[in-house]
Amino acid sequence: MLITVNDEQKECSPGTSIADLLENLGIDKRYVAVERNHKIIPRTQFSEIQLLESDNLEIVTFVGGG
Amino acid sequence: MKDTILKIGKHNFSSRLFVGTGKYQTFAIMEEALKASGAEVVTVAVRRANIGGKPGESLLDHIDTNKYTILPNTAGCYSCDEAVRTAFLAREMGISDMVKLEVLGDEKTLLPDPIDTLKATEILVKEGFTVLVYTSDDPIAARRLQDAGATSVMPAGSPIGSGQGILNQNNIRIILETLSVPVIVDAGVGTASDVCIAMELGCVGVLLNTGIAEAKDPVSMAKAMKLACESGRLAYLSGRIPKKLYAKASSPLKDF
Repeated sequence: MLITVNDEQKECSPGTSIADLLENLGIDKRYVAVERNHKIIPRTQFSEIQLLESDNLEIVTFVGGG
Repeated sequence: MKDTILKIGKHNFSSRLFVGTGKYQTFAIMEEALKASGAEVVTVAVRRANIGGKPGESLLDHIDTNKYTILPNTAGCYSCDEAVRTAFLAREMGISDMVKLEVLGDEKTLLPDPIDTLKATEILVKEGFTVLVYTSDDPIAARRLQDAGATSVMPAGSPIGSGQGILNQNNIRIILETLSVPVIVDAGVGTASDVCIAMELGCVGVLLNTGIAEAKDPVSMAKAMKLACESGRLAYLSGRIPKKLYAKASSPLKDF
């Protein structure tokens, strides 16, 4: 199924959780925050929540800044 | 002379220099500079994670969160909605209740949008954030942000990254007289004397990034900023002499 991650289309299999997706993308989940369809997903739910067709995800992290 | 501890919300700090983590050429130089600055609070920005290609190093692998308090900013946000959203995302990362709220007016000046800054302050305070808010050096705007519940008000000395120092000391003095919350000069610091002046005026701290990160030798500049911060603070606590128009001899008048 197709989902959108940070404005890029990605293919993922049904049943993929947010934690799975982060792992597949090689993203360190310690320091990320995730929005799914414009709603913040608490990190405690990363493993429970399964992605659905057309989900729109925004994954952010900390970078250097002033 | 013994100094008091700086209290910001539920946090206590003995260093009064807050430093950013942007614009460093390497993480190694950044780490050394943070150490040399003696800072206990470091600012970070929130951006999209890199999802293509190789995973890069994470900023926080280079900042010991047991040693430094992380102050996420909302830099790059040009509306109340964007800044509030960014603050929530930063909090969700689970390492800070504080936010350096920055709502900018335009890209050329990077001056704050006073209306949206106030709106975002009101919202974030209601949502339980410890809000340290970036503002211009306008004393009325500063007071309104305090009244809205900001934990600290952070007037710019001059535009972000400009290195022009403190352009209007009188406004900073009025802000210091008017406000009871901690006032931290944020932005515009170019060199050590700028930090010193802010502290001598009575600011409780100074936040800077570019002045260190883009110096030819960031690590030694970080040390210079640290010393200036301590020096300015000590001078403030010691009580400077008033400025006088005419001379006053230091040696006794001739009496023989």
